[in-house]
Amino acid sequence: MQPPGRGAAVPGVTEAVARAYREQWARLVATLARRYGDLDLAEESAAEAFATAVERWAVDGVPPNPGGWLTTTANRKAIDRIRRENKRDDKHREALMLSEDAPPEPLGAVDDDRLRLIYTCCHPALAMEARVALTLRMVGGLTMPEIARSFLVQEATMGQRITRAKAKIAAARIPYRVPSAQDLPARTTGVLAVLFLVFNEGYLATGPDTDPVRPHLTAEAIRLTRLVRTLLPEDGEVAGLLALMLLTEARRPARVAADGTLVPLASQDRHTWDGALVDEGHRLVRERLASGAAPGRYQLLAAINAVHTDARDARDTDWSQVVALYDQLVRVDPSPIVALNRAVAVAEVDGPQAALAAVDHLPLDGYHAFHATRAELLRRLDRSAESRAAYDRAIALAGNTAETAYLARRRDELVTAAPDRPPRSPGRSRTGEAPG
Amino acid sequence: MQYLVSVIDDKTNSGTAEEALAIDDFNEKLRTGGHWVFAGGLAAPETSTVIDGRGEQPLFTDGPFVESKEHIAGFWIIDAPDLDVALALMTEGSKACNRRVEVRPFLV
Repeated sequence: MQPPGRGAAVPGVTEAVARAYREQWARLVATLARRYGDLDLAEESAAEAFATAVERWAVDGVPPNPGGWLTTTANRKAIDRIRRENKRDDKHREALMLSEDAPPEPLGAVDDDRLRLIYTCCHPALAMEARVALTLRMVGGLTMPEIARSFLVQEATMGQRITRAKAKIAAARIPYRVPSAQDLPARTTGVLAVLFLVFNEGYLATGPDTDPVRPHLTAEAIRLTRLVRTLLPEDGEVAGLLALMLLTEARRPARVAADGTLVPLASQDRHTWDGALVDEGHRLVRERLASGAAPGRYQLLAAINAVHTDARDARDTDWSQVVALYDQLVRVDPSPIVALNRAVAVAEVDGPQAALAAVDHLPLDGYHAFHATRAELLRRLDRSAESRAAYDRAIALAGNTAETAYLARRRDELVTAAPDRPPRSPGRSRTGEAPG
Repeated sequence: MQYLVSVIDDKTNSGTAEEALAIDDFNEKLRTGGHWVFAGGLAAPETSTVIDGRGEQPLFTDGPFVESKEHIAGFWIIDAPDLDVALALMTEGSKACNRRVEVRPFLV
């Protein structure tokens, strides 16, 4: 993440601007959006203020209160822009008078502004992809090219997506406010879904010929979730999602081998896990357990990940604990994907036959992990031909390059490991062929 | 702020007496809350006529102007301070008329 423009001559200015950008962007956009009632204006004025900071701070030095300097500058930019564009409706005129010498905002109001911004960007009336893009731009401060690259779409397409979403917010009058107490739980769930999607796109990046992991996206998702946690410290699911992300991110160094193949949890070198992230994640999970409140989906997923990251060796994993947590999760979220993941744990406790019975009826034919799981279970049951067919299906459906490479290797090991069981159509034998 | 709320249907004249009662109740609620502007049910799309009055002679054609599986079976025009209020109201409206509805803002 880089603020626009460069060219700092005074040492430390680039860093100061970058730090101010990380710390102040969301606050600046959020305050401007409330004051002028216009997301577009807020975004542009904030961006201009940072561009000015790059120039001015290099000459005048970094101001003692960068946040205050940026607020004043951004307000001036906004007023200039309103005058230039000759916007004369009441709201703008009123704002113009207000901001001449507006007193500094009390901290609570600033927090409210950032929450307003987050809930607006994640509004359920916007398309999911627009919510993701808007949140990364307006709250995260990512630039349009960065967001476009992250999701493998053209910059123009991403620009249109954001422009359309902002136009809908204005035209349909999506309110800039924290939802009512009645709507708050559902709306917060919606915000967490956006953050989790950003994280997963970073962790399980999809697309042929692309890096299997996009660490800047996982880092951004964690940063934004930390922000939401400071704004909603009492919300158990926010803490749960943060813990889940931290415990997943902690394993990232071990997850892809040097040859670009995915390394499954059981085979990962656990010494390379990030101990600080594991500790922080465990602390959050313990905190939630101690609260005694009924855990939601993210807290349960975090707890499952805490069990995994608690084992120094994969063989020490407390699988019955994992199954018990999945049983709880099934009650909260009875989706077939949860049932599939539960079956993986069941295989460790009750064996592959029981797990396969739980998996086979699931309506997940279009999901690569369904076929990958079946393939592994069938392998353990020595049903090689069926296992191979399941790997083929999984490979055809998987979008992540590291995962595809891993599945292909597993499938090809199967062929060489069972030479006395040739595939049903001998013409398609892949024995001895290198995985793609 | 006014919103047009279109009732989406794939059959014509498919409303039931039960739905009509629920809609009456809902309309009463709209009036009491000061959200009511107008509402009405529409005859089948095949009964429509398209007019092009831009030429010297008006041109009439048998409608509808766009053929689709689904059509607008009726509509509300409601008044609400913002989209959240409109969405909360029309979630109830959708329940009352037992159809999906589309909420679209008027230009201001």
